[in-house]
Amino acid sequence: MTSPRTSNAPDGDTLVEIYRRAQLIRHCGEQFLKTIRAGRIQAPYYSPRGQEVLAAATMVTLAADDYVVTIYRGLHDQLAKGVPLKELWAEYAGKASGSCKGKGGPMHITHPASGVVVTTGVVGSGIPIANGLALASQVNGDGKIALTSFGDGATNIGAFHEALNLASVWKLPVIFLCQNNLYAEHTSFANGTGCENIAMRAASYGMPGVQVNGNDAVAMYRAAADAVARARAGEGPTLIEARTFRFEGHILGDDSHYIPKEEMAAAIAADPVPALRRQIVAAGYATDEALDAIEDRIVADVAEALAYAIAEPYPDVAELGRDVLDVEIVP
Amino acid sequence: MTATLEATAPADTKPRMIFGAEAALQALDAAMGEDPTVLLFGEDLADREGGGVMGASKGLSTKYGDLRVRSTPISEQAIMGAAVGAAIAGMRPVAEIMLMNFLTVCMDQIVNHAAKIRFMSGGQTSCPLTIRTMTGVGAGLGGQHSDMLEAWFAHVPGLKVVVPSNHADWTGLLHESIMDDNPVLFVESTLMMRAKGAAAPIGHRLPLGKANVARTGSDVSVIGYGRPINDALAIAEKLSGEGVSVEVIDLRTVAPWDKEAVLTSVAKTGRAVIVHEAVRNFGCGGEIAATIGEELFGQLKAPIRRVGSRNTPVPVSPVLEKAFAWSQSDIEAAIRSTLN
Ligand SMILES: Cc1ncc(C[n+]2csc(CCOP(=O)(O)OP(=O)(O)O)c2C)c(N)n1
Ligand SMILES: [Mg+2]
Repeated sequence: MTSPRTSNAPDGDTLVEIYRRAQLIRHCGEQFLKTIRAGRIQAPYYSPRGQEVLAAATMVTLAADDYVVTIYRGLHDQLAKGVPLKELWAEYAGKASGSCKGKGGPMHITHPASGVVVTTGVVGSGIPIANGLALASQVNGDGKIALTSFGDGATNIGAFHEALNLASVWKLPVIFLCQNNLYAEHTSFANGTGCENIAMRAASYGMPGVQVNGNDAVAMYRAAADAVARARAGEGPTLIEARTFRFEGHILGDDSHYIPKEEMAAAIAADPVPALRRQIVAAGYATDEALDAIEDRIVADVAEALAYAIAEPYPDVAELGRDVLDVEIVP
Repeated sequence: MTATLEATAPADTKPRMIFGAEAALQALDAAMGEDPTVLLFGEDLADREGGGVMGASKGLSTKYGDLRVRSTPISEQAIMGAAVGAAIAGMRPVAEIMLMNFLTVCMDQIVNHAAKIRFMSGGQTSCPLTIRTMTGVGAGLGGQHSDMLEAWFAHVPGLKVVVPSNHADWTGLLHESIMDDNPVLFVESTLMMRAKGAAAPIGHRLPLGKANVARTGSDVSVIGYGRPINDALAIAEKLSGEGVSVEVIDLRTVAPWDKEAVLTSVAKTGRAVIVHEAVRNFGCGGEIAATIGEELFGQLKAPIRRVGSRNTPVPVSPVLEKAFAWSQSDIEAAIRSTLN
């Protein structure tokens, strides 16, 4: 089930920007893995490796102040939406200068200045919250839209269905982005979901359902841009099912034993990040040298953020009594 | 019984007698009129659907428009999630969950999100929402429509819980709850919806977290909240005829509760009886009793007593319902036992 694609393909500069964000996610994720494995930071890590292009191509279609609600596997969404590296790293490390003062951690990254207002560790729970953000925009008339990102498994939770129905009834400016990486923890899509694809679920709620290859930057960009245009025009919500794959298991320590070897090998062979690089160079949008320079910059920025996160102090224990309520409490 | 958007009598004349629904309506109307970010949503609450099952929002969608006052599908998770999101975006949503037992189907949004958003974001975001819900024994509604579950929510850091005991407090506390910058669970009584009481004066607001000394006394302190406060007052009046002086402390806010008011009272009387409508076992009375014990052990003249409903699901048969619920005679017996 698809609806007509009306948005233009991204121009060369936009594709390069998508690549920059994807590469930032890839490299930053790699460094998180290394740092956590080495025991320098203690944090749960849900790798988005394989889903970088999907997030980057989606987030470039949003304005800086549009809302994003994401999940524990949210590093790609957060970086693509603009959460600054230092605050992100310090939050992973539980430091006082983390975006959430070390009180949220990787599963609750929040950075309103870049629009990332909720990251949740409860499967499906962000979906109804995005409706509320969109509702506020509708009441304010401020033109902001909300995008909520979630996995294939999350579409089997009641909250998904309640939220899509309500968004449709209220014609909310919201985008439901399902990143279908074909596994929910160890359960394959086929074994956990009773319908052929996620996009068709939109029909039950009277909204367009779009299926797209999320690893294809151009297709993903166009699908997202279409949904953004609909939401901004007051035409209501869209469900996007973006097909993708995750290369590094559900969580750090997961060896993906439940994924057939050939399936994993094929996915890795089609790694969307180098594929996008080849596409950009072939089209003449940027030279290899220019892209190398972008990557060098990313490597330096991530190294700086890592060093910052390690060096920063932990929060004062007095923080425990703060932000529980609007006034400090004796905890 | 239907509520209407009539003007409330000025404070200096005799108060109007109103149904509970009107006490809620008065606060909702005042808050919406005062602050354009106050939004209302829940099942059947717009005028097209009758203005709420109890009429507590009658007239508001007409007065403030369909953008701000909305009936919802029967989707408690979606209702509560929308309230959380709207609150994060700077609104003051009032989400109505028709009956307290239905909070069980949206606990995730309340416990994992509304209550913790401020803390987990390091104070970058907050959740100034109000949940209005209704419950209580005595209406013959049985096990799934009558539970007092406030202890569950009082146990969650980050949530405020308010349970008014009379109509005027209802208005004053609800208005304040809506304007509070924290998530507030506001528990209304099904029975009080259908009963008349004195209306609050216009613009009435009562601070959260502050108890009301509903009656002063010197021999024993009765501490509670919600409907049993009225029973405590009746028993206090009765015992005054025997020369027993009972102080009645209406907490009004269950979480955070006014420890100072309670400890001051019990330090004076040396005797404490705690009463609530919820089942006694693991109820809020246990927390209050423990605190009194910890703080005033040496000053107590008698063991602390707790009164609550029996440890069973709420039954339907009037005979069983009566046997289940706390009663005035339970309160009286508890008070007398502290005096012996
Ligand atoms: C309500 C709830 N149930 C179970 C879990 C444990 N859990 C965490 S992630 C996950 C799988 C979710 O899969 P999917 O929605 O496809 O997202 P993905 O992890 O693949 O990105 C599960 C079962 C949870 N966090 N929340
Ligand atoms: Mg998945």
